This record gives sequence, structure tokens and C-alpha cells, in this order.
Amino acid sequence: MRIAFMSDIHGNREALDACLAHAARQKVDRIVFLGDLVGYGADPAYVADRVREQIDKGALAILGNHDEAAARAETSGMNDYARQAIEWTHDALDEETRQFLINLPMQISDEDRLYVHSEASSPRSWAYITDIGSAERSLRSTGHRVTFCGHVHKPQLYHMQAMKPPVLFVPQTATGIPLMGNRQWLAVQGAVGQPRDQNPLAAYSVLDTTKNELTYHRVPYDIETAAQKIHAARLPQILAARLFIGR
Amino acid sequence: MARELLESGSIIDGFRIGEKIHSGGMATLWRVTRDDIAQPIVMKVPTILDGDDATIIVGFEMEMMILPRLTGVHVPKCFAIGDFARQPFLVMEYIQGHSVFALIERAPLSVEEVADLGFRIATALVDLHRQNVLHLDIKPSNVMIRESGEAAFIDFGLSRHLFLPDLLEEEFRVPMGTGPYIAPEQVLKNRTDPRSDIYSLGVLLYYLATNVRPFGIPQAQSSLKNRLWRDPVPPRKIVPTISPQLQEVILRCLEVDLDRRYATAAQLAFDLKNLSEVKLTERAHRTDRNSFFDATKRWFSSIGIESGALQPSATQNNLAPIIMVAVDLSEGMEALMEELRIHVKRVLATMPGVRIACVNVLKLNRLTINYTLDDEGRNIHVQKLVELREWGRPFGLSQERITFHVIEHMDPAVALIEFAKNNHVDQVLIGARASSTLRRFLGSVSSQVVAEASCTVTVVRAPQAQQELEEAGLEMPSQSAE
Repeated sequence: MRIAFMSDIHGNREALDACLAHAARQKVDRIVFLGDLVGYGADPAYVADRVREQIDKGALAILGNHDEAAARAETSGMNDYARQAIEWTHDALDEETRQFLINLPMQISDEDRLYVHSEASSPRSWAYITDIGSAERSLRSTGHRVTFCGHVHKPQLYHMQAMKPPVLFVPQTATGIPLMGNRQWLAVQGAVGQPRDQNPLAAYSVLDTTKNELTYHRVPYDIETAAQKIHAARLPQILAARLFIGR
Repeated sequence: MARELLESGSIIDGFRIGEKIHSGGMATLWRVTRDDIAQPIVMKVPTILDGDDATIIVGFEMEMMILPRLTGVHVPKCFAIGDFARQPFLVMEYIQGHSVFALIERAPLSVEEVADLGFRIATALVDLHRQNVLHLDIKPSNVMIRESGEAAFIDFGLSRHLFLPDLLEEEFRVPMGTGPYIAPEQVLKNRTDPRSDIYSLGVLLYYLATNVRPFGIPQAQSSLKNRLWRDPVPPRKIVPTISPQLQEVILRCLEVDLDRRYATAAQLAFDLKNLSEVKLTERAHRTDRNSFFDATKRWFSSIGIESGALQPSATQNNLAPIIMVAVDLSEGMEALMEELRIHVKRVLATMPGVRIACVNVLKLNRLTINYTLDDEGRNIHVQKLVELREWGRPFGLSQERITFHVIEHMDPAVALIEFAKNNHVDQVLIGARASSTLRRFLGSVSSQVVAEASCTVTVVRAPQAQQELEEAGLEMPSQSAE
């Protein structure tokens, strides 16, 4: 089976459509959305609709912190522009979509794989995986062989042997990486809708479970249109500007 | 980890185990068979000691990661890998031929033999690096020569794929490699540079040419570092019959400074193939190793270079390509050849590491195949070489970066295509003569090179007036098109 992992779409319609089209060409059998469908971008309702449509076709989706915040209009602890975006997003969604978001599961266990939005040892604290320490905390908290998560908007791949600390690999090319069975893996996804690794292309990955290979893809999309819509919606300007530079 | 009992006659994943053909500290090799595979195959099984020795396991994981991704004649074909959860193994082609290790008892080999063998191994290295894999443990016992003549590498337990995680990165606190062959930067734990393989190949060639290992067999980690500041004894001091050209090539492989080494395996292969063309530098004339004073100086300047993160450099080929220029020296071609020069200059301006090979084909007539003297008694071949050098002189390149070749052949296109292939040329620059009715019937040299060469071909044309084009009967793009 070929599974696509898409995380942190953040209401970016153009980026999502480009990744869905790319994934269709990659002949994926299932899509897993790893949270933060909305927040920041100008098309939260469209994105939620497309994801629900995919769920009807067998896709899985889990909850992200922005999904929860937008559904409840709960912005405590958020910075200024994130708060503005959440309030705007809350108003842009109908009650049915808010209910859909709030009812997404925190995590899903699928054979030897775990799907979760943020660091897995305490998913509700929405902690980031940014270094060896946080990766180790996440990996040690689970018996799953491979964990898929998002939240930091930077693609990273950690691998860890039983008695050793994890090692970081930053995928740079769309090369199939064999997830060797003698160790645990933590596949942190880049963002579909708001990349922050200095590469503005939309990020997602495909796992081939037969070959046991994970491929990190980067997909060009219409950034200008996505940015114009953010301006038109009077969302904070920085949310549009950062799309062009991937920061 | 549960292990299944392996013995002759047992069957694992459809493979029937035959005789044990090798039993070493790292792995055991079994002959195996499977009904749908006709050729001889072997199963490699890691030797798991008590406590699951990390060196062996991770090396085996690396090999399981890399070997199935490699293709071509220069590696053993991989048929299956077995999961670590049950029984780790690799099933691969059994390479028929001999190991380079077997040649060492005949060392020192002749210059011709060393160059020929070196060319075969460098050619294999070109193909490996093209697939973004560094071997990082090149030594005689890891290089096989197939019965068909090609070199093939075995044992990828220390290898690195530049686009895949390096499982060995955090594994060892000591340098990884084989003492006598390990490159200086590997001693400093850099596993990201294709030129490390060129260094190890240099050690191998040195050994075959002299029957002496350039740095002996280091026993301690500290003595590994000697190669950072002490040059090896020049090969010609050990075996005086070694040519200055071969010494130049070997010592260039053994440069401590990566930038003074060959930039690519293709450039090394090129020099070994064209040994007489090799530009001699101070290396070729060295009669002794560097002085103790010099070594001490280098030792001091090397302090501190061990720190600092090293990023994988992609294979160097895109920075240091070999460009072949097909030069037509016949009369009437002056304008076209001038245009060709302009294109060579453009290439030189954008790629400082480029090497230029100027090639002229001396067309042989089937009837006068041995005729090499013209009416005035001059040797035509030498005359062409002189003219070719003159053509290349305006580039002002050192002999290290430009070479000149006159090839005698009945079919110029075939000669050019073969030269490009045998010398790992990255791009061909060739001029196309103006169209004529006759050439359209017979086909031109340039169009055949474009169609059949295995690399990029750029066809250069002399600017022509529109009138000439119309006279030649070529259709012009419509001027009135909106």
C-alpha cells in the first residue's frame, strides 16, 4: 500500500490541490492528514471540505492545535498574528465544520505506525520536535516502529537504535528512503501550506509499505494566488509574505 | 532477535542453502539456489556475536540499504534482502572472476598493467559515484575483476549513499575504513566526499606498482594520522622502471588536500587511459618523501581541522566535467572552428574545474591503411597533432586541463563516439558543416554523434547569411507569421 502524509495545510487551497494532484500521479491508495488543516490561510472551509471528501474515500485525519483553536475560538497562548488568523478562521467556518474539526482524534495507531500531530509523549501539550532530545522523548514514548507527525513545518527524519540516541537526517531529494527494520523511525513532515525550511515548495511524503520506503516530495504551487487571497481577506501580511520564502 | 538455524539444505524465503564458501568475522557466505534464478548466487549472512556487535549489524544494515539500489555491471546484482526481525541476509550475484587481491602476489606489476587495472577500477568508480554512492572501503579484496574484464565492487558495509541517512554516522567514535587504504579525511570522520575513494584507489595502485603499502599497516589510530602530514615514498624510488606519468597519477590520488586530488573518478580514468598525455608536475620528479621539517609544519597547521560539521557534497561531476571538442582541421572549416572556439571559451568561463579534450580524427582510407606519410614526407599524424595543439593554444590552459588526441579511424563518427564513451566524457562540442544535398543523403558526422553518443552533445554552427541558407535550399521560418 502507498500512503501519502500531508500535514499543516493551514487553509492553503492552492498548496493542497497541488499536493493532492501530485499524490494521485504517485498512485497513492490512502491519505493521512496529520493535523492543522486550518489557520493562517484564506481557504479553511474549502480545505475542510476537501479533507472530508477524502475521508469518505478512506483517508484518515487527526487533530492539530490550530484545528482545535479555530473550532473553539480559543486563542490563549498564541502570538498576535496567529490569534488574528484563528479568530478570522473561526468566523469563516460554519458550525458543522467546527464540529468536524473538534471531533478529529488526537492520534491513530495503524499497524506498526503511529500518526500524531506533535511530539508523541504528551500530544495534548503540542510540543515541537526540533532536536535530538525532543525526538528521543517522542520515540521512547511509543512502541510503534514508525511515528508520523508534523507541527514544526520542517521535514526531518530521525532514526534510533534501542540503546542509542536518535540521529537526524534532513531529506533533500525525492529519494525513496528504506526504513530499516532494526530501529525506530520518526518521520516529521514538512508543511503542505506553510513551509518554514527556507524552501517555499509544498511538502508531503509517500510511504510504500511493500517496499518499506518513504519518499519526501516537494511540490510547486501557485503561491501568488494563495498570498493574494490572504491580503484580500485582510489577514496579517506576514502570513502571505512568508509563503514566498518558506520561512 | 530470534535467529533461524542456517545449514546446508535448509530453505529460507525460497532460497535453498548450499555449501558454505566463506566464514569470516563479519559475515558468512553460502551458495544458494532458487528455481527461478539461473545464475550462481550467494547469500551473505552477518556473523552475530554475543551482545549483537553494533559494527557488524549497522554495517550490514547499510549494505542492505545500498546494494538493492545499485545497478550495472560494476556491482553484484542484488536479488533479495532478509528482514532483521527474522533473519538478516543479502542474496546477490556470485561474481565469476578474480579478486584484485590475487594480483598482489605478482606485484610489482608493469606500468601498463597497473594503468589498465586502474582504468577498469576508476571506470567502476565513475558508475558508482554516478549513482550517488561512495564505497569508502576500496582495497584489493573488495574489488573483483569479472571474467568479462570489468571491475566490480563488493562489500558495501562502510558505504554511504549521499541521499540516504548515514546509519554509521553516530555509530563509531573511531575512523571507519581499512587502515592501509583509508583517506585522510576519513581518518577525520568525514564520510561525504567522493574523492576519498580516489585516494584509496591511489593506495591500491601504489601497492600494485611497488609491492609496498604507502603507509604500511597502521596498528593504532594515532599512526593512521601520519598520512595527514607525511607524504609516501615516491613509487619511482622503490621501482625505478615506473614511468614519471604513473607516479604523477598515483601521487595525485594520494594528495592530502582534497582539492589537489583528482576532482572526479572520470578524470582519473581519463589519465590512466591516456597515460602518455599526462602533464608532469613536481610530483612526477619527486625522488624522496617530504622532509621531517615539512611534515612538522603540516602537523601544526592541521591542528583544529577535525572539528566542524561536514555536509555531503554531491558528486563532483557537475563542477569538474570532461568536455570533448571535435576539431575539424580541414580547409574551409576555419569559420566554423572559430565559432567552436567561442563556445569552448564560454564553457571555460562558467566552469573553472572543466577539462577539455581536443580530438581530431585522421580518416583512414581502407585502401591505404598503412599510409601515414604525405607527399612531403612529413608524418601526417604528428602534423595533425601540431595543428591541433595550435588550435587549442589560444585558450591558454595548463596541460593539466587540456589534452590533444589524434585518432586514426575509417569512420570519424564512430571514432568520436567511442572516444567519448571510453573516456567518460560529459559533453561533446562538435561543429556542423553547412547543409548540402550530398550530406543529406549520406548523413553527417555530427548528426550521427548526436544520435549515438551516450552523453550531451552540443552542435555548433557558423553564423550564416540568410541568402546562403536559401541557396542551400533550407526552409526559412516564415517572416509573415503573426
